[in-house]
Amino acid sequence: MLQLRQKLLVLYLHNPNLSSGVGAWSFFDGTGKEETTTGDSEEPPYSSVVEAMRDGWRVIQFPQQFPAYPDMEYNTSFLKFEYILEKLEEIDDG
Amino acid sequence: MDKKHLLNSKQMANFAADGYLRFDELVPEDLNRAAHENIDAGVDGFSAGSPLSEAYPDPSPIGKVFRLPEVQGVIHSLVGPDPLYDHHAAHRVEPGKLTGQHWHADAIIDTRLHFDIQFFYFCHDTPREMGGTMILPGSHYRRISESDIARYHNFRGQQPIVCKAGTIVVVHHGIWHCAQPNHTEQRRYMFKLRLNPTVRQYRLWNTDDLDAPEVGSNLAKHHPWYGLEGRLEMVNRIKFWRFLTGDEDFDIGYWLGRLENMPEELADSFVGSQS
Repeated sequence: MLQLRQKLLVLYLHNPNLSSGVGAWSFFDGTGKEETTTGDSEEPPYSSVVEAMRDGWRVIQFPQQFPAYPDMEYNTSFLKFEYILEKLEEIDDG
Repeated sequence: MDKKHLLNSKQMANFAADGYLRFDELVPEDLNRAAHENIDAGVDGFSAGSPLSEAYPDPSPIGKVFRLPEVQGVIHSLVGPDPLYDHHAAHRVEPGKLTGQHWHADAIIDTRLHFDIQFFYFCHDTPREMGGTMILPGSHYRRISESDIARYHNFRGQQPIVCKAGTIVVVHHGIWHCAQPNHTEQRRYMFKLRLNPTVRQYRLWNTDDLDAPEVGSNLAKHHPWYGLEGRLEMVNRIKFWRFLTGDEDFDIGYWLGRLENMPEELADSFVGSQS
């Protein structure tokens, strides 16, 4: 029986522009076909979110943007420009 | 402390920009073998906050490693004389462990400019298929709490520590890192030791080359994962270098200088026109 499963690609961009470069990335495969982990690739799978969109990935979350809190203007922490993309893939669930 | 064993300013600038320094094959081979056996058998821990000088008494091979003059020079340069033992961990990755550890920084959010150091000591050869500890250059100023960053898998510029036996890497306490999978049939070790300073971290290294041009260029280097936030990281580095050197006018690329420019003196022509 055919079922849909989700694959998630997370791209962390250099700035909020969806065409900007990728600084970090993660991939999570809900089909169970591919195991991923830290440090498993040296280059991102796409050079930008737009390039991933052109390969069929659907953007399902934009990062919200907030002005810096007072006295935290120069703090750095998490990666700010996190875009989550998905592809749905059919699997044969028997 | 003999000056020749101290870090120089160029190295300190690299530490400020990258969050780590690497010393390949620093520990002699015979001591590596003894330390390997020591780690395999188990290394006793000590009370957190006790003097390092009282830890690992002779004939401890691990003690001999951290009492090498070159290692003592690194310790003195970064956390000064008489540092405290915080904790150690003999990290092991078993053969066939194919999942990497999640990215993390040790401990919790740390808002100090004062800093602890962590030694990563590799007592045996560590090729890429054995993993190495992965570190992210330039991540040490980021304010996160341990596994806050566990969603990330890869970064441009991430550095697996692939090395020969006897290599020591010393990191700022805030550096992001993770153990890598071990595809070999041998157990992998990385011995970690965290130290705390007991003195103000002010010009503890050999500052003879403080005005060398490489100091500025090392401090200004870019890391490819930063993107837009690279400019904010420059501010972090400027503040850190001011803390280390006491030079409150130090700047990189005028990033802080222009923000600190808040003239309060009225221009003569303006005052004249109002009178």
